[in-house]
Amino acid sequence: MKDISVFDVIGPNMIGPSSSHTAGALRIALMAGKIAKGKPKKVTFVLYGSFAMTYKGHGTDKALLAGVLGMNTEDYRIRDSFRLAEEAGIEYHFVPCTENKGYHPNTVEVIITNDEGTTTSILGVSVGGGNVKLKQINGADISVSGNLTTLFVQQYDRPGVVAHISKCLTDYNVNIAFMKLYRDKKGENAYTIIETDEALPDKLVQEINDYPDIKSAIVIDL
Amino acid sequence: MDFTKAAELLAICEAGGIPISQAMLDREVLFLKKDIGTAVSQMEHSYTIMKDAVHSAITEDIRSIGGLIGGEAKKLDAYRQAQPKPLCGPVISKAIAYAMGVLEVNASMGLIVAAPTAGSSGVVPGVFVALQEEYGFSDEEMVKALFNAGAIGYLITRNATVAGAEGGCQAEVGAASAMAASAATELLGGTPSQCMSAAATAITNILGLVCDPIAGLVEAPCQKRNAMGASNAIVAAQITLAGVGNLLPLDEVIDVMYTVGKSIPFELRETALGGVAASPTGCALQKRIFG
Repeated sequence: MKDISVFDVIGPNMIGPSSSHTAGALRIALMAGKIAKGKPKKVTFVLYGSFAMTYKGHGTDKALLAGVLGMNTEDYRIRDSFRLAEEAGIEYHFVPCTENKGYHPNTVEVIITNDEGTTTSILGVSVGGGNVKLKQINGADISVSGNLTTLFVQQYDRPGVVAHISKCLTDYNVNIAFMKLYRDKKGENAYTIIETDEALPDKLVQEINDYPDIKSAIVIDL
Repeated sequence: MDFTKAAELLAICEAGGIPISQAMLDREVLFLKKDIGTAVSQMEHSYTIMKDAVHSAITEDIRSIGGLIGGEAKKLDAYRQAQPKPLCGPVISKAIAYAMGVLEVNASMGLIVAAPTAGSSGVVPGVFVALQEEYGFSDEEMVKALFNAGAIGYLITRNATVAGAEGGCQAEVGAASAMAASAATELLGGTPSQCMSAAATAITNILGLVCDPIAGLVEAPCQKRNAMGASNAIVAAQITLAGVGNLLPLDEVIDVMYTVGKSIPFELRETALGGVAASPTGCALQKRIFG
């Protein structure tokens, strides 16, 4: 996990009204949108706990949709995100869930179907002050804060994948700050999450992607 | 160079003979490897946003999304200027007007700096802009003081929580008030130890405060609680600068605040199910807004 910066405390600079319910919600959806890849066609937000109770009053719904549209927390267009989503032909739904699943009070599941028909589900938590954690992807446990430059790789659980990724990083002289590996089932879907100190050039990401057992590699740089 | 507890921060300050603001800037540069020029200019940008939010609140007509607040800062500013001797005195009169104003900007989906959260975003700018105007501090001094405030907020974030949904209003406005109290103490010549004492006093004074936003909106009672948090910060700073310490050290107070926060019922942690939100008037307002 990344150490807390003074700018996590005096910040983020954001469109109100709530750091956890507006800015934090937006950051979860922004990361989910990047991970889902492609253009979103249909988005469902399942809201839990305090999010389910108060999402309308905090503009959580507008912020979530703005995040999927790729806006940052300082964007004045957040208040118009419903209209902008409709103009972009995106179908969206908000589903408050009052069932207690033992989640953190500010939890949302973002389910995105992109223009290629692929559906990705991300479970994220807004932990306060605009800081967030992604906890699950398609039901598999992960942990991503988005505070550092993050390389998010979806792959098949086979030998050699991590070696390929780390060789590419070495070739571009990128230092790994943190690295975590997750999988849902042996030999099936796995995820490599690498946080780095340096920016990740497009060419490097392309080289990582050019490997048969890698399904997708994307960069999250909020 | 890192610290995770107030006691460690104090040891660093005392060993180096440096204020808390300098230690926090050093941490950002030496430990988090941020370029010093970038760190300072980023904080200057934050302070500009704070000042702009205060300015627009007292000069523009603002209406919140929910319609529960809007126009209060202008009223307080007009009252302050019309009185030869406003009840709260020059500093607090300005601080409360400005703190309430920033909440109006926030609630109208305007641009603010979460410090540490949006719901408590009025406290630090309220105190800072009032102090700058009344004491003539330079922008450079104010930006430096924001690193002091950030250090206290960091310790609370690291060891407890600043989320109303986890710790109630005492975690949000309490943290903001502690941050402003510590920064005000440093600006007025207090030692690092006194800054921590002021922060501890500020948190202790509003320990247990619940988060019960009417209709779930960050409007009321949040706006007036920001005024309270700003004045509480100034009160805590003055108590400390007069030489009155705090019995508990800051680390213990932060732990206590977290423990108390976790024992606040779910209904009183930002869910809009308890407190003034659940009152007949609170429920009627919710119905009026959302149907």
